Amino acid sequence: MDEKNHWLDQPGNVKLLWRGFLLVLLLTVVAEFWIPMHPHFAIESIFGFNAWYGFVVCALMIGLAKGLALLLERPDTYYGKDND
Amino acid sequence: MTEVLIHPGLVLIVGALLLPLLRGTLRSVAVVALPLLVLALVWQVPDGPAGQLRYLDHTLTPLQGDKLSRLFATLFSLMAAGGGLFAMTQKSRVEVPAAFVYAGSAIGVALAGDLVTVFVFWELMAVGSTLVLWSQGTEAAYRAARRYLMIHLLGGVVLFAGVTGHIVDTGDVAFSRMALDSPAHWLILIGFLVNAGAPPLSAWLPDAYPEASWSGSVFLSAFTTKTAVYVLIRGFPGAELLIWIGLFMAFYGIVYGLLENDIRRILAYTIVNQSGLMMVGVGIGTEMALDGAAAQAFVGVIYVALLLMSAGSVMQMTGKRKCTELGGLVRTMPLTAACGVIGAMAISAFPLTSGFISKSMVSQAALDGHHPWIWLLLTAASVGACLHAGIKFSWFVFFQKDSGLRPAEPPVSMRWAMVLFSLLCVALGIWPEPLYALLPYAVNYVPYTGAHVVTQLQLLLFSGLAFFVLLPYLKRSLTITLDADWLWRILLPALLRNVGMPLVRGWNMLVHAAYVLITESTALVLYQHRQDGRFARTWSTRSMALWVLVLLLGFLILYYV
Repeated sequence: MDEKNHWLDQPGNVKLLWRGFLLVLLLTVVAEFWIPMHPHFAIESIFGFNAWYGFVVCALMIGLAKGLALLLERPDTYYGKDND
Repeated sequence: MTEVLIHPGLVLIVGALLLPLLRGTLRSVAVVALPLLVLALVWQVPDGPAGQLRYLDHTLTPLQGDKLSRLFATLFSLMAAGGGLFAMTQKSRVEVPAAFVYAGSAIGVALAGDLVTVFVFWELMAVGSTLVLWSQGTEAAYRAARRYLMIHLLGGVVLFAGVTGHIVDTGDVAFSRMALDSPAHWLILIGFLVNAGAPPLSAWLPDAYPEASWSGSVFLSAFTTKTAVYVLIRGFPGAELLIWIGLFMAFYGIVYGLLENDIRRILAYTIVNQSGLMMVGVGIGTEMALDGAAAQAFVGVIYVALLLMSAGSVMQMTGKRKCTELGGLVRTMPLTAACGVIGAMAISAFPLTSGFISKSMVSQAALDGHHPWIWLLLTAASVGACLHAGIKFSWFVFFQKDSGLRPAEPPVSMRWAMVLFSLLCVALGIWPEPLYALLPYAVNYVPYTGAHVVTQLQLLLFSGLAFFVLLPYLKRSLTITLDADWLWRILLPALLRNVGMPLVRGWNMLVHAAYVLITESTALVLYQHRQDGRFARTWSTRSMALWVLVLLLGFLILYYV
């Protein structure tokens, strides 16, 4: 096994993965043109609803978590060594 | 009744007690064969009450079958077998027997026809799971187990009060659907919710589970919260309160999971998140929703156990448990990484995994019931599960930076357990029909439509995009996030020290002062009554006459005043 230089360590491959990922993202949105979507609620019929909703709620949850961290984050030795 | 019925749960419990007598290959065979035998017995339990006995003027039904009971009992037996296989190389000789007592009691709850039996097995579960935690043997595990037991005994007392009240109110011990119309039923609900990981006591779960051994947390993840989901489906379907508690739990799990550094504590928060999603289904209460909750419990136990198995393997092979210390393990643990990623995809509900065919049922129920807000929140909560458990867990453990660690793959029994559970995750995702056939109601849901797949792919892939775009904000540090356990680990002891102890001291002083006052005054009275004391000696007639005169004068003055 090539330990020193795993294929994931090479910047070129990472770049390629990113491009592939963005292409797949685009495809899932464009697929709405061909696939009947049967929206149940008005908000769902906005184009690409699930794409931006997925992105926005994740960003919001990360924001919420960071906000909570300001209040409640403590070093992991808070309850004594090894968090016992 | 013509045939003699054997209670599958009791078989597992008795078998567990005999397990320590076995050694070597025989034991290795037994830890997998015993739960499979129990699985076969579960399928022999007929519909309706199968065995009854009289106790304190009540007819108990310790064994009763229907589709819902069998589904959960099947799940618990499968989980005991998978966990047993994974834990085959576990050094502790207490853990697996304790886990089988725990699993057997969970089966006992699933097959119980009356509330007394539910309660007895419920408490036995608390004992079994505490022993699983204890068998880890570290000081941290011992302390966590004590806190864990404290919460569960508290929940048990509340449940017992509720069950007693229910029997007094109705005279009926049968375990059936209850309405929230009496204090007794509220107490039963609270008792159930404690085990489900509901707020405000939910912190017992992320506090205790990560302290178990590498195999112990696999067992712990499966039974307590899922029996709670089972009893909620049977006892309180359609209780609207559960929707809101469930949504709270789902988001709580995500937010805390995102902040957590300990890999198994991330997954512990995931368990709360998953229980929450199931409880939303129970709260909606339609046939589709209850089927969805049951299906999700079934597949959820499997993929969460799979994730914990991969985390346990990493912990066992590296001795490390924090995101900050791990990373890049895909290099030397490709199989563990692959199984972890399959678990991550299943929990994210990727198409072709078991999460996809179950999670969407609860969403569908929210759509059918025209609850747009619940549907939107539910969708957000399941995307969040993908974010914190699916992507975050696997990214930080297996990819991320190169931590320099080069651990080997875990022993063969652990690898097989992970491979079999991965296969189950994929197989149920491709052929959901066998699972749908086990669900309590008839399923008329088609998971694989073009719209479902595209919708789900958009949600998941864009949450992945959000993760990688916002990765700098998710960098892990050596921190924990305070949870409700702070109340009973810091606040209550501090209150006891700083307010309670002075109060106790003040009270003791008061008691002491009263004691002194009483003993001193009795001594004085006794002293004056001794032989030549003031009240006992012979007084002269002269002084007597003088005192009588004084008294009479005093009376005269008072009379006219």
